[in-house]
Amino acid sequence: MAWYVVRRFALAVPVLFGVSLLVFLWVRALPGGPAQGLLGERADPAAVEAVERQYGLDRPVYEQYGRYVGSLVRLEFGQSITSHQPVLSEIARRFPATAELTAAAMLFAVAAGVPLGVLAAKRRQTWVDQASLVGSLIGISIPIFFLALLLKYVFAVRLGWLPSIGRLDALLSLPHPTNLYTVDALLAGDWEAFADVLRHLLLPAIALGTIPLAIIARITRAAVLDVISEDYVRTARAKGIARRLVDRRHILRNALLPVSTVVGLQTGLLLSGAVLTETVFAWGGIGTWIYDAIRFRDYPVLQGGILFLAVLFLLVNLLVDLSYALIDPRVRYR
Amino acid sequence: MGTMSRTARAFAGLGVGVLLLAACGGEGDEVGGDATGAPEPSATEAATATDAAPDTGGADVGETAAEGGTLVFGASADPKTLDPPLASDGESLRVSEQLYEGLITLEPGGTEPVGKLATSWEASGDGLEWTFELQEGVTFHDGEPFNAEAVCFNFDRWYNFTGPLQLPAASYYWQVIFGGFAETDPDSGAPEESLYAGCEAVDDATVTLSLTRPSSAFIAGLALPTFSFSSPAALTEYEADAVSLDGEGNPVYEGSYAYEHPTGTGPFRFVEWTRNDRLVIERNPDYWGEPAILDQVIFRPIADNAARLQALQSGEIDGYDLVDPQDVPTIEEDPDLVILDRPAFNIGFLGINQAFPPMEDLAVRQALIHGINRQAVIDNLYTGRGELAKELMPPSVFGYADDVPTYDFDPERAQQILTDAGYDLPVEIEFWYPTDVTRPYLPDPQRTFESFTSDLEQSGFSVTPRSAPWTPDYLDATLGGQAQLYFMGQTGDFGDPDTFLGTFFREEREMFNWSNEEVFGLLQEGLLEDDQDARIELYQQANRLLMEELPAIPFAHSRPALAFRTNVEGFVPSPVTLEDFSTVTVTR
Repeated sequence: MAWYVVRRFALAVPVLFGVSLLVFLWVRALPGGPAQGLLGERADPAAVEAVERQYGLDRPVYEQYGRYVGSLVRLEFGQSITSHQPVLSEIARRFPATAELTAAAMLFAVAAGVPLGVLAAKRRQTWVDQASLVGSLIGISIPIFFLALLLKYVFAVRLGWLPSIGRLDALLSLPHPTNLYTVDALLAGDWEAFADVLRHLLLPAIALGTIPLAIIARITRAAVLDVISEDYVRTARAKGIARRLVDRRHILRNALLPVSTVVGLQTGLLLSGAVLTETVFAWGGIGTWIYDAIRFRDYPVLQGGILFLAVLFLLVNLLVDLSYALIDPRVRYR
Repeated sequence: MGTMSRTARAFAGLGVGVLLLAACGGEGDEVGGDATGAPEPSATEAATATDAAPDTGGADVGETAAEGGTLVFGASADPKTLDPPLASDGESLRVSEQLYEGLITLEPGGTEPVGKLATSWEASGDGLEWTFELQEGVTFHDGEPFNAEAVCFNFDRWYNFTGPLQLPAASYYWQVIFGGFAETDPDSGAPEESLYAGCEAVDDATVTLSLTRPSSAFIAGLALPTFSFSSPAALTEYEADAVSLDGEGNPVYEGSYAYEHPTGTGPFRFVEWTRNDRLVIERNPDYWGEPAILDQVIFRPIADNAARLQALQSGEIDGYDLVDPQDVPTIEEDPDLVILDRPAFNIGFLGINQAFPPMEDLAVRQALIHGINRQAVIDNLYTGRGELAKELMPPSVFGYADDVPTYDFDPERAQQILTDAGYDLPVEIEFWYPTDVTRPYLPDPQRTFESFTSDLEQSGFSVTPRSAPWTPDYLDATLGGQAQLYFMGQTGDFGDPDTFLGTFFREEREMFNWSNEEVFGLLQEGLLEDDQDARIELYQQANRLLMEELPAIPFAHSRPALAFRTNVEGFVPSPVTLEDFSTVTVTR
């Protein structure tokens, strides 16, 4: 097991190296550059040159990459060209926002997806099953962007029940020791703020969680159907064990194994879905940060931010694999 | 108001700066900078918020134009910095305008320079020394006194910027107005010479600025929020100028002044800034002038346009700038919302490159302008925000002439002109339009292109369409002289004609390959002339000649829109987006 973990970490190094190279080249392939971002698109060429000289962008690309890798090795991620905030402290400030949103979205997806899948499996071939299939298909195919606007239109604009942007009401003041606003509110013992944070979480979590919800529902249904026809389930039923007990102990526990994998993998994907969702909800996380960095061609932010997401993605995947090995000992022997 | 001379209003030389602000942030995405446009709004326009508020009957008993309260404003992004001399993006300037003040400001809703922390000013006979009488009894937000010494401290700070602070991206407007620095780094891209010679505190309330050469232009420049004053004590304590270089040679800003401790003399003072969440400012209780009515203003960064609209509809924000033209009808239909006009301060035109025959022939250019239906485009594609442009600058700017030649849409006449000049019809032309972009003066490039093309095909031309992404390909091709006929435009940030005419027509440019010594001469003279009436005449004459010679075909001005909830009153849209929130009220 320990060897397995070590090997996975070792593998991550070349992967990250590759990601850094890809991101490095990709940001330079974007039309314009930080100089245009700072000076405007019709900037004076002399001014553009000066900015490029300052940031070393007039050097050959391999030399720029060499310097970049050099600073990565020293764990220097630089400073945003536009806001002058250090990339690392910005990550520390923004990642909690993305993590909070991702967690809420996943919670929603699991809490709704698993029961839906179980229900569909047990009522197989009935209208419940059909409806859940159609619902899942819609859930998977609806663009997050559109869903987000729709949800906001109905629940914020029309009904006025929920807020449409941000993480906390503009008028509420809250210290942010952790930048996880739910935790911040609890630490401050401010229940009004806590409730407000939850209200702000609701719509973006639903928008972001809909795709994983649909996938989880489908996987759960398939897994439950698999397990239902296993011999041990028939045996358990034949022995006269209470139906509910069979459901819980024999069916659900075994069926949830593949589901847990999907949850892990989807969590990684949610991080990328966060760019769109965060933008639409003006949610101050990693997603809006990258969106703005693209607008302003802020190379250090793009390089640092995307590399951070890549590391995170690798970590999540590693955790998923490890947890799988823990839950199902058979994995380790294969 | 003292001795503000006519010359004080000569804004010569500012044109260069305009391109930048107009395009700040790059790409089609609207960012703060793009809003930098609109001219003299009339009093009636300023009052639209009140007028348009429908009276929904007596249901709202007890509502009064409240003292105090909070206004939540939807910004398109966080400010980049709250240290004014280092700001050039719209969102930084918007907040800085509330916190800080300079010697001079622009009249509310207009472009005329008026005194702020200076009560009057006067030039020496040779135009090299300018003496300002200062407002007395003014203190910075940290309690430090504002006086002549503070003025000189700030000017000397700017003049002595070193290293990365000399980059045009950092101290852009200093370089536009004053040129170089005490010791200009040749690699910085900054001009070598400086207009600034020194600052002397004559007494507490009198300060003299010396220049290296006579200039009346810099007075108008001082109205830029860039040249507003920070508390010397705060600048020092919070290390406003601490910038070092990291391993890659990139500048690293280390001080906290611009982000945590901005300290000016304005009607609002800084409270807190949670990045990407909210920036809070509150009424300055010790303000020397008319105090702000609101208790506080909160700026929330909302990058997405649709999200800003929805946040306004749901009441989470009370107003926002940079309204998408296509959202205007939605807002106008909503009884709780109102659109405020920022009068047109831009120009959209068709550029003609005379290096491509037969464009050098005036008859062809006349046929082109008769051959397009400009009014139809304004009516159909500008969602009510457009005005037909009769000349190459907006009407609100002085020097606009009422008696320029005008040209109606007349396809037959166009054909006739071409035939009379000896051309076989159709005359083939290449017509360029940008993709992936909207500009304030060109909200829908492709459909505008299609409309003009179908007009031109009726008028004796045969059009080969060419298109390219706005940046860099389109700009490279058009500005670089590779395009025959193309869309181009300009948004100004000062009410000076040189902003518009000088930028394009003061000398021969690759994009036009047009040369006219008379027009060049008029515009050069306009830059140096210090008598206002004489300037007006020079520019009017230039406008008449331009519309005879047709180096370009003006077609549209557009009025940018702001949106508010109807309970917000007292907001005066500024042509150059320098709006003062201290006169705003919110009724809850």
